Amino acid sequence: MRFLAVIGALVLGRLAALGRLMRFAGETLSHLVRPPFYGREIGFALLNVGYFSLPVVGLTALFTGGALALQIYAGGARFSAEAVVPQIVAIGMVRELGPVLVGLMIAARVTSSIAAEIATMKVTEQIDALVTLSTNPMKYLTMPRVLAGTLVMPVLVGIGDVIGIFGGYLVATRSLGFNGATYLRNTVDFLEPLDIMSSLTKGAVFGFIATLMGCYYGMRSDRGAMGVGRATKGSVVAAAVVILAANFVLTEAFFSA
Amino acid sequence: MIELRDVHKTFGSNQVLRGVNLTIPSGQNTVVIGGSGTGKSVLLKCILGLVTPDQGVITVDGTKVTEAPRDAFLSRFGMLFQGGALFDSLPVWQNVAFRLLRGPLKRPRDEAKEIAIAKLRRVGLSPDVAERLPAELSGGMQKRVSLARAIAAEPEIIFFDEPTTGLDPIMSGVINDLIREIVTEMGVTAMTITHDMTSVRAIADRVAMLHGGKIRWTGPLSEMDAATDPYVDQFIHGRAQGPIETLR
Ligand SMILES: Nc1ncnc2c1ncn2[C@@H]1O[C@H](COP(=O)(O)OP(=O)(O)O)[C@@H](O)[C@H]1O
Ligand SMILES: [Mg+2]
Repeated sequence: MRFLAVIGALVLGRLAALGRLMRFAGETLSHLVRPPFYGREIGFALLNVGYFSLPVVGLTALFTGGALALQIYAGGARFSAEAVVPQIVAIGMVRELGPVLVGLMIAARVTSSIAAEIATMKVTEQIDALVTLSTNPMKYLTMPRVLAGTLVMPVLVGIGDVIGIFGGYLVATRSLGFNGATYLRNTVDFLEPLDIMSSLTKGAVFGFIATLMGCYYGMRSDRGAMGVGRATKGSVVAAAVVILAANFVLTEAFFSA
Repeated sequence: MIELRDVHKTFGSNQVLRGVNLTIPSGQNTVVIGGSGTGKSVLLKCILGLVTPDQGVITVDGTKVTEAPRDAFLSRFGMLFQGGALFDSLPVWQNVAFRLLRGPLKRPRDEAKEIAIAKLRRVGLSPDVAERLPAELSGGMQKRVSLARAIAAEPEIIFFDEPTTGLDPIMSGVINDLIREIVTEMGVTAMTITHDMTSVRAIADRVAMLHGGKIRWTGPLSEMDAATDPYVDQFIHGRAQGPIETLR
Protein backbone atom coordinates (compact mmCIF):
# COMPACT_ATOMS: atom_id res chain seq x y z
CA MET A 1 0.00 0.00 0.00
CA ARG A 2 2.85 2.38 0.82
CA PHE A 3 4.17 1.73 -2.62
CA LEU A 4 0.86 2.80 -4.18
CA ALA A 5 0.79 5.93 -2.06
CA VAL A 6 4.25 6.88 -3.29
CA ILE A 7 3.23 6.31 -6.93
CA GLY A 8 0.03 8.28 -6.33
CA ALA A 9 1.89 11.22 -4.83
CA LEU A 10 4.35 11.15 -7.71
CA VAL A 11 1.58 11.18 -10.33
CA LEU A 12 -0.29 13.98 -8.55
CA GLY A 13 2.93 15.98 -8.30
CA ARG A 14 3.53 15.55 -12.05
CA LEU A 15 -0.03 16.55 -12.87
CA ALA A 16 0.24 19.68 -10.71
CA ALA A 17 3.51 20.59 -12.44
CA LEU A 18 1.86 20.06 -15.83
CA GLY A 19 -1.00 22.30 -14.76
CA ARG A 20 1.43 25.05 -13.74
CA LEU A 21 3.27 24.75 -17.04
CA MET A 22 -0.01 24.96 -18.98
CA ARG A 23 -1.05 28.04 -17.08
CA PHE A 24 2.36 29.59 -17.77
CA ALA A 25 1.99 28.81 -21.49
CA GLY A 26 -1.52 30.28 -21.51
CA GLU A 27 -0.37 33.45 -19.83
CA THR A 28 2.51 33.80 -22.30
CA LEU A 29 0.13 33.45 -25.24
CA SER A 30 -2.26 35.97 -23.75
CA HIS A 31 0.50 38.60 -23.86
CA LEU A 32 0.76 38.13 -27.63
CA VAL A 33 -2.52 39.97 -28.05
CA ARG A 34 -2.34 42.41 -25.13
CA PRO A 35 -0.33 45.61 -25.65
CA PRO A 36 2.09 47.13 -24.86
CA PHE A 37 4.62 45.19 -26.93
CA TYR A 38 8.32 45.56 -26.27
CA GLY A 39 9.74 45.76 -29.81
CA ARG A 40 13.37 46.06 -28.74
CA GLU A 41 13.12 42.95 -26.60
CA ILE A 42 11.53 41.00 -29.45
CA GLY A 43 14.29 42.20 -31.79
CA PHE A 44 17.05 41.12 -29.42
CA ALA A 45 15.39 37.75 -28.91
CA LEU A 46 15.12 37.20 -32.67
CA LEU A 47 18.81 37.93 -33.04
CA ASN A 48 19.83 35.75 -30.15
CA VAL A 49 17.61 32.76 -30.89
CA GLY A 50 17.87 32.97 -34.67
CA TYR A 51 20.90 34.66 -36.10
CA PHE A 52 23.46 33.64 -33.50
CA SER A 53 22.30 30.01 -33.67
CA LEU A 54 23.12 29.72 -37.37
CA PRO A 55 26.70 28.40 -36.98
CA VAL A 56 25.61 25.65 -34.58
CA VAL A 57 22.67 24.67 -36.76
CA GLY A 58 24.77 24.67 -39.92
CA LEU A 59 27.54 22.48 -38.52
CA THR A 60 25.12 20.03 -36.92
CA ALA A 61 23.16 19.61 -40.14
CA LEU A 62 26.24 19.37 -42.36
CA PHE A 63 27.87 16.55 -40.41
CA THR A 64 24.60 14.69 -39.90
CA GLY A 65 23.69 14.83 -43.60
CA GLY A 66 27.14 13.53 -44.51
CA ALA A 67 27.03 10.67 -42.01
CA LEU A 68 23.51 9.80 -43.12
CA ALA A 69 24.65 9.46 -46.75
CA LEU A 70 27.48 7.11 -45.72
CA GLN A 71 25.15 4.92 -43.66
CA ILE A 72 22.44 4.71 -46.29
CA TYR A 73 25.03 3.81 -48.91
CA ALA A 74 26.51 1.08 -46.71
CA GLY A 75 23.10 -0.23 -45.65
CA GLY A 76 21.64 -0.01 -49.16
CA ALA A 77 24.64 -1.94 -50.53
CA ARG A 78 23.52 -5.05 -48.63
CA PHE A 79 20.58 -5.42 -50.98
CA SER A 80 22.03 -3.46 -53.89
CA ALA A 81 19.95 -0.36 -53.27
CA GLU A 82 22.82 2.16 -53.07
CA ALA A 83 20.99 4.40 -55.52
CA VAL A 84 18.40 5.50 -52.93
CA VAL A 85 20.91 7.69 -51.06
CA PRO A 86 19.52 11.06 -52.31
CA GLN A 87 15.93 10.17 -51.58
CA ILE A 88 16.51 8.75 -48.12
CA VAL A 89 18.88 11.55 -47.10
CA ALA A 90 16.25 14.05 -48.17
CA ILE A 91 13.38 12.39 -46.37
CA GLY A 92 15.46 11.63 -43.28
CA MET A 93 16.77 15.16 -42.96
CA VAL A 94 13.57 16.99 -43.77
CA ARG A 95 11.07 14.86 -41.91
CA GLU A 96 13.06 13.89 -38.81
CA LEU A 97 16.69 14.76 -38.31
CA GLY A 98 16.53 18.39 -39.38
CA PRO A 99 13.80 19.46 -36.96
CA VAL A 100 14.88 17.14 -34.13
CA LEU A 101 18.57 17.97 -34.19
CA VAL A 102 18.01 21.69 -34.63
CA GLY A 103 15.44 21.50 -31.80
CA LEU A 104 17.93 19.77 -29.51
CA MET A 105 20.73 22.17 -30.39
CA ILE A 106 18.43 25.08 -29.62
CA ALA A 107 17.54 23.43 -26.31
CA ALA A 108 21.26 23.28 -25.53
CA ARG A 109 22.10 26.78 -26.72
CA VAL A 110 19.01 28.88 -26.19
CA THR A 111 16.93 27.15 -23.50
CA SER A 112 19.92 26.99 -21.17
CA SER A 113 20.88 30.62 -21.64
CA ILE A 114 17.30 31.86 -21.22
CA ALA A 115 16.86 29.81 -18.04
CA ALA A 116 20.18 30.93 -16.55
CA GLU A 117 19.56 34.57 -17.41
CA ILE A 118 16.02 34.72 -16.05
CA ALA A 119 16.91 32.64 -12.98
CA THR A 120 19.77 35.03 -12.20
CA MET A 121 17.39 37.95 -12.60
CA LYS A 122 15.00 36.23 -10.21
CA VAL A 123 17.71 35.53 -7.65
CA THR A 124 19.08 39.08 -7.76
CA GLU A 125 15.57 40.58 -7.39
CA GLN A 126 15.60 42.02 -10.92
CA ILE A 127 12.24 40.37 -11.59
CA ASP A 128 10.80 42.03 -8.47
CA ALA A 129 12.33 45.31 -9.63
CA LEU A 130 10.60 44.95 -13.01
CA VAL A 131 7.26 44.54 -11.26
CA THR A 132 7.79 47.61 -9.10
CA LEU A 133 8.66 49.56 -12.25
CA SER A 134 5.20 48.68 -13.61
CA THR A 135 6.57 46.21 -16.15
CA ASN A 136 5.09 42.74 -16.37
CA PRO A 137 7.98 40.23 -16.45
CA MET A 138 5.90 37.79 -18.50
CA LYS A 139 5.37 40.45 -21.14
CA TYR A 140 8.88 41.91 -20.98
CA LEU A 141 10.93 38.72 -20.68
CA THR A 142 8.87 35.65 -21.58
CA MET A 143 6.67 36.74 -24.46
CA PRO A 144 9.48 38.19 -26.65
CA ARG A 145 11.62 35.07 -26.24
CA VAL A 146 8.82 32.60 -26.90
CA LEU A 147 7.55 34.61 -29.87
CA ALA A 148 11.06 34.80 -31.32
CA GLY A 149 11.62 31.08 -30.80
CA THR A 150 8.36 30.14 -32.50
CA LEU A 151 8.90 32.46 -35.46
CA VAL A 152 12.55 31.85 -36.09
CA MET A 153 12.84 28.11 -35.57
CA PRO A 154 11.03 27.16 -38.81
CA VAL A 155 13.62 29.29 -40.63
CA LEU A 156 16.48 27.60 -38.77
CA VAL A 157 15.02 24.16 -39.49
CA GLY A 158 14.60 25.04 -43.17
CA ILE A 159 18.23 26.13 -43.32
CA GLY A 160 19.25 22.99 -41.42
CA ASP A 161 17.33 20.81 -43.88
CA VAL A 162 19.05 22.40 -46.86
CA ILE A 163 22.52 22.20 -45.32
CA GLY A 164 21.89 18.59 -44.25
CA ILE A 165 20.96 17.63 -47.78
CA PHE A 166 24.01 19.48 -49.00
CA GLY A 167 26.16 17.48 -46.56
CA GLY A 168 24.76 14.27 -48.04
CA TYR A 169 25.36 15.66 -51.52
CA LEU A 170 28.99 16.45 -50.73
CA VAL A 171 29.72 12.97 -49.41
CA ALA A 172 27.76 11.26 -52.20
CA THR A 173 29.40 13.18 -55.03
CA ARG A 174 32.92 13.31 -53.58
CA SER A 175 33.39 9.81 -52.23
CA LEU A 176 30.44 7.63 -53.24
CA GLY A 177 30.59 8.34 -56.98
CA PHE A 178 27.18 9.99 -57.45
CA ASN A 179 26.57 12.46 -60.25
CA GLY A 180 25.84 15.89 -58.81
CA ALA A 181 23.01 16.91 -61.14
CA THR A 182 21.25 13.57 -60.83
CA TYR A 183 21.58 13.67 -57.05
CA LEU A 184 19.90 17.04 -56.84
CA ARG A 185 17.15 16.11 -59.31
CA ASN A 186 16.37 12.95 -57.35
CA THR A 187 16.17 14.95 -54.14
CA VAL A 188 13.85 17.59 -55.55
CA ASP A 189 11.61 15.10 -57.34
CA PHE A 190 11.25 12.95 -54.28
CA LEU A 191 10.36 15.54 -51.65
CA GLU A 192 6.67 16.36 -51.32
CA PRO A 193 5.15 19.59 -50.01
CA LEU A 194 3.89 17.69 -46.98
CA ASP A 195 7.47 16.74 -46.03
CA ILE A 196 8.48 20.37 -45.97
CA MET A 197 5.30 21.48 -44.21
CA SER A 198 5.83 18.91 -41.47
CA SER A 199 9.45 20.00 -41.07
CA LEU A 200 8.60 23.66 -40.63
CA THR A 201 5.66 22.92 -38.34
CA LYS A 202 7.90 20.82 -36.14
CA GLY A 203 10.34 23.71 -36.11
CA ALA A 204 7.72 26.16 -34.84
CA VAL A 205 6.50 23.74 -32.16
CA PHE A 206 10.03 22.91 -30.98
CA GLY A 207 10.95 26.59 -30.92
CA PHE A 208 7.94 27.29 -28.75
CA ILE A 209 8.82 24.42 -26.40
CA ALA A 210 12.51 25.30 -26.13
CA THR A 211 11.98 28.97 -25.28
CA LEU A 212 8.95 28.34 -23.07
CA MET A 213 10.89 25.82 -20.96
CA GLY A 214 13.78 28.25 -20.54
CA CYS A 215 11.45 30.97 -19.30
CA TYR A 216 9.36 28.66 -17.13
CA TYR A 217 12.29 27.14 -15.28
CA GLY A 218 14.03 30.51 -14.99
CA MET A 219 10.98 32.21 -13.50
CA ARG A 220 10.53 29.40 -10.97
CA SER A 221 14.16 29.29 -9.90
CA ASP A 222 14.99 28.77 -6.23
CA ARG A 223 17.22 31.24 -4.45
CA GLY A 224 21.01 31.21 -4.68
CA ALA A 225 23.54 29.93 -7.20
CA MET A 226 22.30 26.38 -6.68
CA GLY A 227 18.83 27.53 -7.68
CA VAL A 228 20.16 28.94 -10.95
CA GLY A 229 22.06 25.71 -11.64
CA ARG A 230 19.00 23.57 -11.00
CA ALA A 231 16.78 25.80 -13.13
CA THR A 232 19.21 25.61 -16.05
CA LYS A 233 19.63 21.86 -15.88
CA GLY A 234 15.89 21.29 -15.46
CA SER A 235 15.03 23.50 -18.40
CA VAL A 236 17.36 21.75 -20.85
CA VAL A 237 16.30 18.25 -19.81
CA ALA A 238 12.62 19.16 -19.96
CA ALA A 239 12.96 20.92 -23.31
CA ALA A 240 14.83 17.98 -24.86
CA VAL A 241 12.41 15.34 -23.60
CA VAL A 242 9.30 17.32 -24.53
CA ILE A 243 10.73 18.09 -28.00
CA LEU A 244 11.33 14.37 -28.63
CA ALA A 245 7.87 13.45 -27.38
CA ALA A 246 6.25 16.20 -29.46
CA ASN A 247 8.23 15.00 -32.47
CA PHE A 248 6.71 11.55 -32.14
CA VAL A 249 3.20 12.96 -31.83
CA LEU A 250 3.69 15.25 -34.84
CA THR A 251 5.18 12.48 -36.99
CA GLU A 252 2.23 10.32 -36.12
CA ALA A 253 -0.19 13.14 -36.96
CA PHE A 254 1.44 13.97 -40.30
CA PHE A 255 2.40 10.59 -41.69
CA SER A 256 0.39 7.73 -40.22
CA ALA A 257 -2.71 7.62 -42.31
CA MET B 1 -0.89 56.42 5.00
CA ILE B 2 0.05 52.77 4.95
CA GLU B 3 -1.43 50.43 7.52
CA LEU B 4 -0.47 46.85 8.27
CA ARG B 5 -2.79 44.80 10.45
CA ASP B 6 -1.79 41.41 11.81
CA VAL B 7 0.44 40.52 8.85
CA HIS B 8 1.82 36.97 8.89
CA LYS B 9 4.26 35.34 6.49
CA THR B 10 5.86 31.91 6.69
CA PHE B 11 8.36 30.38 4.23
CA GLY B 12 8.24 26.61 4.69
CA SER B 13 8.90 26.16 8.39
CA ASN B 14 10.42 29.62 8.78
CA GLN B 15 7.86 31.90 10.44
CA VAL B 16 9.15 35.30 9.42
CA LEU B 17 6.30 37.69 10.20
CA ARG B 18 4.03 36.73 13.08
CA GLY B 19 1.46 39.46 13.29
CA VAL B 20 2.94 42.80 12.28
CA ASN B 21 0.90 45.90 13.16
CA LEU B 22 2.32 49.16 11.87
CA THR B 23 1.15 52.53 10.63
CA ILE B 24 3.30 54.52 8.21
CA PRO B 25 2.10 58.15 8.29
CA SER B 26 2.12 60.21 5.10
CA GLY B 27 4.85 62.76 4.46
CA GLN B 28 7.21 61.25 7.02
CA ASN B 29 10.09 58.84 6.99
CA THR B 30 9.50 55.74 9.08
CA VAL B 31 12.69 53.84 9.72
CA VAL B 32 12.47 50.13 10.42
CA ILE B 33 15.35 48.71 12.42
CA GLY B 34 16.00 45.15 13.47
CA GLY B 35 18.59 42.40 13.21
CA SER B 36 19.42 40.89 9.85
CA GLY B 37 17.08 38.09 8.85
CA THR B 38 14.20 39.38 10.96
CA GLY B 39 12.03 39.96 7.90
CA LYS B 40 12.42 43.68 7.22
CA SER B 41 12.81 43.20 3.48
CA VAL B 42 9.92 40.73 3.44
CA LEU B 43 7.78 43.38 5.13
CA LEU B 44 8.43 45.88 2.32
CA LYS B 45 7.74 43.24 -0.30
CA CYS B 46 4.43 42.41 1.35
CA ILE B 47 3.31 46.02 0.99
CA LEU B 48 4.31 46.07 -2.68
CA GLY B 49 2.55 42.77 -3.32
CA LEU B 50 5.80 41.04 -4.34
CA VAL B 51 5.25 38.64 -1.46
CA THR B 52 1.70 37.61 -0.54
CA PRO B 53 1.09 37.55 3.21
CA ASP B 54 -0.50 34.38 4.60
CA GLN B 55 -2.78 36.41 6.79
CA GLY B 56 -3.53 40.04 7.65
CA VAL B 57 -4.54 43.18 5.81
CA ILE B 58 -2.39 45.92 4.27
CA THR B 59 -3.99 49.16 3.13
CA VAL B 60 -2.57 52.21 1.36
CA ASP B 61 -4.73 55.30 1.86
CA GLY B 62 -7.57 53.03 2.92
CA THR B 63 -7.46 50.73 -0.15
CA LYS B 64 -6.41 47.13 0.32
CA VAL B 65 -3.27 46.48 -1.69
CA THR B 66 -4.78 43.25 -3.00
CA GLU B 67 -7.73 45.13 -4.45
CA ALA B 68 -5.97 48.17 -5.91
CA PRO B 69 -5.50 48.25 -9.71
CA ARG B 70 -1.91 46.99 -10.05
CA ASP B 71 -0.46 49.48 -12.55
CA ALA B 72 -1.86 52.60 -10.94
CA PHE B 73 -0.86 51.28 -7.52
CA LEU B 74 2.74 50.49 -8.43
CA SER B 75 3.30 53.73 -10.32
CA ARG B 76 2.92 55.56 -6.98
CA PHE B 77 5.90 53.67 -5.55
CA GLY B 78 9.66 53.80 -5.85
CA MET B 79 11.75 51.03 -4.37
CA LEU B 80 15.44 50.72 -3.67
CA PHE B 81 16.21 47.02 -3.37
CA GLN B 82 18.72 45.84 -0.81
CA GLY B 83 20.92 44.26 -3.49
CA GLY B 84 20.42 47.07 -6.00
CA ALA B 85 18.58 44.82 -8.49
CA LEU B 86 19.88 46.76 -11.48
CA PHE B 87 19.17 45.27 -14.92
CA ASP B 88 22.60 44.17 -16.00
CA SER B 89 21.79 44.09 -19.70
CA LEU B 90 21.00 47.81 -19.75
CA PRO B 91 23.41 50.76 -19.37
CA VAL B 92 23.15 52.79 -16.18
CA TRP B 93 21.06 55.63 -17.61
CA GLN B 94 18.49 53.22 -19.06
CA ASN B 95 18.23 51.59 -15.65
CA VAL B 96 17.56 54.94 -14.02
CA ALA B 97 15.12 56.02 -16.71
CA PHE B 98 13.47 52.59 -17.02
CA ARG B 99 10.05 53.87 -16.14
CA LEU B 100 10.41 56.90 -18.37
CA LEU B 101 11.26 54.81 -21.41
CA ARG B 102 8.12 52.66 -21.47
CA GLY B 103 4.61 52.36 -20.10
CA PRO B 104 2.30 55.14 -18.93
CA LEU B 105 5.10 57.52 -17.88
CA LYS B 106 6.94 57.23 -21.22
CA ARG B 107 8.79 60.32 -22.48
CA PRO B 108 11.04 61.12 -25.44
CA ARG B 109 14.37 59.31 -25.17
CA ASP B 110 16.48 62.49 -24.91
CA GLU B 111 14.34 63.88 -22.14
CA ALA B 112 14.44 60.58 -20.24
CA LYS B 113 18.21 60.53 -20.53
CA GLU B 114 18.50 64.10 -19.26
CA ILE B 115 16.37 63.24 -16.24
CA ALA B 116 18.47 60.13 -15.61
CA ILE B 117 21.68 62.15 -15.65
CA ALA B 118 20.18 64.75 -13.30
CA LYS B 119 19.13 61.99 -10.87
CA LEU B 120 22.57 60.41 -11.08
CA ARG B 121 24.08 63.75 -10.12
CA ARG B 122 21.77 63.92 -7.11
CA VAL B 123 23.16 60.65 -5.80
CA GLY B 124 26.73 61.82 -6.32
CA LEU B 125 27.50 60.12 -9.64
CA SER B 126 29.06 61.96 -12.57
CA PRO B 127 27.40 61.85 -16.01
CA ASP B 128 30.12 59.62 -17.44
CA VAL B 129 28.80 56.58 -15.55
CA ALA B 130 25.55 56.92 -17.53
CA GLU B 131 26.79 54.87 -20.47
CA ARG B 132 28.44 52.15 -18.40
CA LEU B 133 26.93 48.78 -17.57
CA PRO B 134 26.02 48.09 -13.92
CA ALA B 135 28.56 45.25 -13.73
CA GLU B 136 31.35 47.77 -14.33
CA LEU B 137 30.51 49.74 -11.18
CA SER B 138 31.49 49.14 -7.56
CA GLY B 139 28.86 47.90 -5.11
CA GLY B 140 28.40 51.34 -3.58
CA MET B 141 27.99 52.95 -7.00
CA GLN B 142 25.41 50.33 -7.99
CA LYS B 143 23.49 51.11 -4.84
CA ARG B 144 23.41 54.79 -5.73
CA VAL B 145 22.29 54.07 -9.30
CA SER B 146 19.51 52.00 -7.82
CA LEU B 147 18.59 54.89 -5.54
CA ALA B 148 18.51 57.20 -8.58
CA ARG B 149 16.17 54.73 -10.30
CA ALA B 150 13.87 54.65 -7.27
CA ILE B 151 13.42 58.43 -7.32
CA ALA B 152 13.53 58.94 -11.11
CA ALA B 153 9.78 59.06 -11.72
CA GLU B 154 9.18 61.16 -8.58
CA PRO B 155 6.96 58.68 -6.75
CA GLU B 156 4.72 59.59 -3.80
CA ILE B 157 5.88 56.68 -1.68
CA ILE B 158 9.47 55.44 -1.56
CA PHE B 159 10.93 52.38 0.14
CA PHE B 160 14.64 52.34 0.82
CA ASP B 161 16.02 48.94 1.75
CA GLU B 162 19.40 49.58 3.42
CA PRO B 163 20.32 52.64 1.34
CA THR B 164 23.70 53.23 2.99
CA THR B 165 24.96 49.67 3.52
CA GLY B 166 28.29 49.29 1.74
CA LEU B 167 28.93 53.03 1.35
CA ASP B 168 31.78 54.98 2.89
CA PRO B 169 30.82 57.40 5.73
CA ILE B 170 30.93 60.48 3.51
CA MET B 171 28.77 58.96 0.80
CA SER B 172 26.42 57.69 3.53
CA GLY B 173 26.11 61.28 4.68
CA VAL B 174 25.30 62.41 1.13
CA ILE B 175 22.61 59.75 0.77
CA ASN B 176 21.14 60.53 4.21
CA ASP B 177 20.87 64.19 3.26
CA LEU B 178 19.27 63.24 -0.03
CA ILE B 179 16.65 61.06 1.67
CA ARG B 180 15.92 63.77 4.20
CA GLU B 181 15.56 66.27 1.37
CA ILE B 182 13.22 64.09 -0.64
CA VAL B 183 10.96 63.58 2.34
CA THR B 184 10.84 67.18 3.54
CA GLU B 185 10.91 68.96 0.18
CA MET B 186 8.77 66.67 -1.91
CA GLY B 187 6.50 65.52 0.90
CA VAL B 188 7.17 61.91 0.05
CA THR B 189 6.02 59.11 2.32
CA ALA B 190 9.07 56.99 3.00
CA MET B 191 9.90 53.76 4.71
CA THR B 192 13.58 53.07 5.21
CA ILE B 193 15.31 49.97 6.46
CA THR B 194 18.72 50.40 8.01
CA HIS B 195 21.08 48.99 10.62
CA ASP B 196 23.09 52.15 10.76
CA MET B 197 22.18 54.14 13.88
CA THR B 198 23.86 57.32 12.61
CA SER B 199 21.63 57.11 9.61
CA VAL B 200 18.54 56.47 11.78
CA ARG B 201 19.23 59.67 13.71
CA ALA B 202 19.81 61.62 10.52
CA ILE B 203 16.75 60.58 8.53
CA ALA B 204 14.01 59.19 10.76
CA ASP B 205 10.78 60.88 11.77
CA ARG B 206 9.52 57.69 13.33
CA VAL B 207 11.28 54.50 14.26
CA ALA B 208 9.88 50.97 14.41
CA MET B 209 11.79 47.97 15.62
CA LEU B 210 11.01 44.55 14.16
CA HIS B 211 11.93 41.57 16.28
CA GLY B 212 10.57 38.05 16.54
CA GLY B 213 8.17 38.65 13.67
CA LYS B 214 6.42 41.55 15.40
CA ILE B 215 6.88 45.27 15.84
CA ARG B 216 8.57 45.38 19.20
CA TRP B 217 8.53 49.14 19.62
CA THR B 218 7.45 52.13 17.58
CA GLY B 219 7.53 55.85 18.26
CA PRO B 220 8.97 59.18 17.18
CA LEU B 221 12.75 59.44 16.88
CA SER B 222 12.86 61.83 19.85
CA GLU B 223 11.51 59.08 22.12
CA MET B 224 13.80 56.32 20.88
CA ASP B 225 16.67 57.02 23.30
CA ALA B 226 14.31 57.12 26.24
CA ALA B 227 12.58 53.87 25.27
CA THR B 228 12.62 51.47 28.17
CA ASP B 229 12.22 48.38 25.98
CA PRO B 230 15.34 46.26 26.57
CA TYR B 231 15.37 45.05 22.95
CA VAL B 232 15.42 48.59 21.57
CA ASP B 233 18.01 49.60 24.13
CA GLN B 234 20.30 46.71 23.19
CA PHE B 235 19.90 47.34 19.47
CA ILE B 236 20.48 51.08 19.41
CA HIS B 237 23.53 50.78 21.62
CA GLY B 238 24.87 47.72 19.82
CA ARG B 239 25.45 45.71 22.99
CA ALA B 240 26.37 42.04 22.76
CA GLN B 241 24.56 41.36 26.05
CA GLY B 242 20.80 41.61 26.30
CA PRO B 243 17.55 39.87 25.41
CA ILE B 244 18.34 39.63 21.66
CA GLU B 245 20.08 36.33 20.99
CA THR B 246 23.33 36.78 19.13
CA LEU B 247 23.30 33.20 17.91
CA ARG B 248 21.14 33.12 14.82
N1 LIG C 1 11.47 34.29 -1.16
C1 LIG C 1 11.85 33.70 -0.02
N2 LIG C 1 11.78 32.37 0.12
C2 LIG C 1 12.15 31.77 1.27
N3 LIG C 1 12.61 32.41 2.35
C3 LIG C 1 12.71 33.74 2.29
C4 LIG C 1 12.33 34.46 1.10
N4 LIG C 1 12.54 35.77 1.33
C5 LIG C 1 13.02 35.87 2.58
N5 LIG C 1 13.13 34.66 3.17
C6 LIG C 1 13.58 34.38 4.54
O1 LIG C 1 12.92 35.28 5.39
C7 LIG C 1 13.79 35.71 6.42
C8 LIG C 1 13.81 37.22 6.47
O2 LIG C 1 14.44 37.71 5.32
P1 LIG C 1 14.65 39.26 5.05
O3 LIG C 1 13.35 39.95 5.08
O4 LIG C 1 15.43 39.37 3.78
O5 LIG C 1 15.54 39.71 6.28
P2 LIG C 1 16.09 41.17 6.61
O6 LIG C 1 15.39 41.58 7.86
O7 LIG C 1 17.55 41.02 6.83
O8 LIG C 1 15.77 42.05 5.45
C9 LIG C 1 15.14 35.09 6.15
O9 LIG C 1 15.27 33.96 7.00
C10 LIG C 1 15.05 34.66 4.71
O10 LIG C 1 15.82 33.51 4.49
MG1 LIG D 1 16.88 42.88 4.12
